[in-house]
Order: sequence, then C-alpha cells, then structure tokens
Amino acid sequence: MDNSLYKDVYIFAEQRDGVIQPVAFELTSKARELADNLGEKVVAILLGSDIKKEANSLIMQGADRVICADAIELKDYITEPYTQAIAQIAMDAKPSIILFGATTIGRDLAPRLSARMTTGLTADCTSLEISETRNLMMTRPAFGGNLMATIVCTEHRPQMSTVRPGVMRRIPMNPDATGVVDMFEVKFDSSKFKVKLIRKVKEERKGIDITEAKVLISAGRGVGSEAGLLAVNNLAKTLGAEISSSRALVDAGVVDHAVQVGQTGKTVRPDLYFACGISGAIQHISGMEESDCIIAINKDKFAPIFGVADLGIVADATKVLDLLSIRLKAEMTK
Amino acid sequence: MKIVVCIKQVPDTTEIKLNPVTGTLIRDGVPSIINPDDKGGLEMALQLKDKYNAHVTVITMGPPQADMALREALAMGADHAILLTDRKFAGADTLATSNALAGALRNIESDLIITGRQAIDGDTAQVGPQIAEHLDLPQVTYVESLEVLGDGNYQIRKWTEDGYEVVEVDGKVLITVLASSSKARYMNVKGIVEAYDHEVEVWGFDNITVDEACLGLKGSPTRVHKSFTKGVKSTGTQYEVSPEEAVDIIINKLKEKFVI
Repeated sequence: MDNSLYKDVYIFAEQRDGVIQPVAFELTSKARELADNLGEKVVAILLGSDIKKEANSLIMQGADRVICADAIELKDYITEPYTQAIAQIAMDAKPSIILFGATTIGRDLAPRLSARMTTGLTADCTSLEISETRNLMMTRPAFGGNLMATIVCTEHRPQMSTVRPGVMRRIPMNPDATGVVDMFEVKFDSSKFKVKLIRKVKEERKGIDITEAKVLISAGRGVGSEAGLLAVNNLAKTLGAEISSSRALVDAGVVDHAVQVGQTGKTVRPDLYFACGISGAIQHISGMEESDCIIAINKDKFAPIFGVADLGIVADATKVLDLLSIRLKAEMTK
Repeated sequence: MKIVVCIKQVPDTTEIKLNPVTGTLIRDGVPSIINPDDKGGLEMALQLKDKYNAHVTVITMGPPQADMALREALAMGADHAILLTDRKFAGADTLATSNALAGALRNIESDLIITGRQAIDGDTAQVGPQIAEHLDLPQVTYVESLEVLGDGNYQIRKWTEDGYEVVEVDGKVLITVLASSSKARYMNVKGIVEAYDHEVEVWGFDNITVDEACLGLKGSPTRVHKSFTKGVKSTGTQYEVSPEEAVDIIINKLKEKFVI
C-alpha cells in the first residue's frame, strides 16, 4: 500500500435527530491539531437527511471541508447504510486518518468499516499524536485502565480510531471561518439492508449529563449511607453542582449507571471534582483525572485518590460535607 | 434453532493491581473468568434453549487453558464446545482475531451468533462487528433482549446513551450482548460433573475456512508500539485535620478556584 496516496484528517460528524453531537466538535478540534502538524486538511463526513444546513458549524469548528451525504436512508443511524456511505466516501477521497466518537453509534460503525476496508482500528483513544514518520500514535488504556498502550497502524490506510466523548478538549468556534461543503451521492445496495428501526425510545435518565457539569460532587462507598448521601445532596444543592459516583454505589443500586465516572462509566473533566468517600480504583481515576481541580475527602490516608487530588482531606466525608454545606450557606448569604 | 456463542477467557481486571515500586502490573494470582458480557450472551442463548429447545455451541479462541472457560459454559447448560487454538493465530489484533473466528463460524451451522459487547481486558468492542462483516451478516450491538418472531425473524432491543431502540432483523444475525441484559445462571452440580466428561472439540487452522494471510501477527494491521503504566500525577497537599479546619481549607480552595 502506498501511504502517500492517502491524506487529510477525517472525522465522522455523528448526528442524532439532526443535531450534531458534541463529540463531533471535540474530534474536529483534535483533527485540526493533527492536520496542522501534517500540513494537511480537516474533512468532516456528515450523513443524514436534510442535514446540509448543519455543515457550517463544523467549518466554524475548524473543518476545511465537509463531505455531506443527504439521503432518507441516512436519517437515523443504521449500521449498513452508514457503512456503505463512508466506505464509498473513503474509497473516493482516500483519507489518511478517520476519527469516530466512541459512542454506541461510533463503536458499532467503526469496526464494521475497518473490516470492510481491511484496515486497523484502535478503540477509546485518550491521546492522538503524529509521529516523526507521519503515522498516527494512538494511545489507549488496557486491562481496565491499569496499562496504557500506544498503537500504530503503519501499513494500512486509513488509520482509524474512536475517542470517547469528553476526552478531547473542544476549541472555541470561529464564526468567520470559511470552508467548502461538497455533496456526495451514495449508491446504496439496499439488498443488504436487513435491519429495520422500529422505534427509538428516550428514557428519562436521572440528572443531567455529568460530562457537561462544571462542578461534580462524586459519591463513593464512604458516603453510601443514608446520612452520607443526604450530605452529598445538600452540598450539591448549595453549590449548584451535579452528583456523580464511583462504581461501588452503582453496583449497590443506590445511584443510576448514567452518573458513573470511570472506565465502565463516563469520562469527565469538570472545573472542580469533589471525590467524597471514593478510594480511587484505577478504573475510577482514569475517568476523572483530567479534571481541573480535584478535592478528595477520605478516611484512609493511603487511598489512591489522594495521588491525583490537588487537595486531600483525611477525614470522615459525611461530617466534613455536612459542616461545609452549613458554612457555605452562611458564606453565600454574607 | 442453532446458536453459537463466542466467549473469551479474560483476567479479572478488577483484581489486577500495580506494583507501587516498579509501576508494573501484578498478574500473578489474578483469576481467569469468562468475560462478563460474553457470559450475558451465553445466558441469553441458554434462555432461548429453555424456551425453544435451541442447540447452543460455545466457541473460544485462546491458549489450551481456555478449555476451563468452555467447561464452565458446558456446566451452565451449553450443548457443545469448541476450542480454537493454533500458533498461527498468535499475535492477532482484533481484525485478525475476527478473521480466525469468522473462519470457524463458516464451518458451524447456525441461525444466530452471539458475542459479548466487549472484553474487560481490551474494552474494544470491535471483534463482534468485524466477524459480522466477514460473514456478510447484519449486526446489532449493545443488545439488552431478543425475541424470536413467528416468521423466524428477530425483534431486538438495544441500549443507547439516552434510552433504547427496538429493531427487527430479517433472518440470521450477529448480536453483541451486554452483561447487564440478564443475570447469568450458576453452574449446576450435575452440569459440573458432566462438563468434565464432555468432549471439547479442539480446532486449529486446518478446521477453519480462511486465508492464512489474514491471521495472527501477519493479518494484524495494528501493532503495539509501546505500553506503559501511567505516571503518577504530582500529588497535591494532604491534610489530616479536624472537620472544622478541613472546611476552612476547602472554602479557601473554592474561593481560589472562583467556585464561590
């Protein structure tokens, strides 16, 4: 394979119900950095029905070009039509790199495509860099976050990877940015369409999306008692913060999986992460260590959470939280 | 109805610890288990066996020790077990692994193929969809439940970030299942006894239908450039003080960070 025939950094701009997902903008931001390193362009692939009007937001985010396929077959995500569309676009355009969000859509689509195009795919990358030999260095956690591995795909193109939402930092949009939008006509082979979407159901998940929160009060086993959870709730209310948790309280059925931070939950990077009664298993730490400021309260002074905390308090978390809520209320009404 | 379930034997990653001095993984004494999502898939197959008298084959690719995972599956109620093992499979990334498994699945008659969503030692979720592509089968991932419809089609419920989707599939399909889809049954005593007398078929390269160039290290587009344990972030300040003093310290920090 002659790698020099393949160029530019592509991202799959995932949309749901016509709304481009935040992860697509995070990927565009990262792609901009990679493309600048390579001296190449950023291209976003946007698939959907009546979706062209959304293309400009990707240009404002840093894409030089948007390849847009507009077809009723692409309205909602289904594996086969999306795979056909991107495989045809890639065959035509010869991308060097394609990035996908590691969502239920990206993690369904990207492996299917990698097998169709006989190329490598690296899942859930936490860092992407260009090497001296112009290959993509894809770093990801393995063994439940205990080990990091840097993966390369030197002999095949495109180089593909998925990135979890919230991992890459989004740069500010430039409303004056310019770029081109090219329409692409997919030649569908509908004889392969075996899966029919019957219905999509949105379930009320408790609380908001914790990956969007500025301040998170995160509860672990140490505040799993009724009094502990009440103290966490009070503090969250006082600070206008959201509540997240470690795996222990999810497994215990005390909180919903949607607010779990860590390897099997979500990756968060709030301005402030309050780890209350969380010991800090590596699986948890991998999901929150990029937070701007981490305050940890735990009874065990050797708890691993203190290894990543900016401020560590060795104490009973429930007592400290109760007292803190009272003092904060006084402080704020001053 | 014939079902094949692909399972993987994995180290229980929740039991892996880091050596605090050398920063390397301590793998000794870490128990091997059936990957949790695969066990969820096996349970789903066994429920279809209970309901429709389906025949359940389990297959695993791995070293000879992976035999243990197959015997556990037999003890849970699987009818037939195949161990896919050959030096030619060694060093495989997800694509080469999927090629070997697809090569075996071409030689096993089935109406439904089940894999787990992802394995806890790699968390890639790639092998299932890649197998489906090699076999030219439709796929449904993140599956919570499956119903067999009257005409032999399937109605499947899949998990999404903000709820769920219901899809229908014409005919044979590969699904990847979540551990949380159903609580896996325990092995029963009779099953355990019988599992050790049960034959586990051992297949190598000669038993499967695939181009050798697609296997092992040669068939792997990706390779590990380096692996390392995460450097520890520089530690902040730690205080062992009374709750009252602790609150003062926290409030100062909150002011410093403009949270209040």
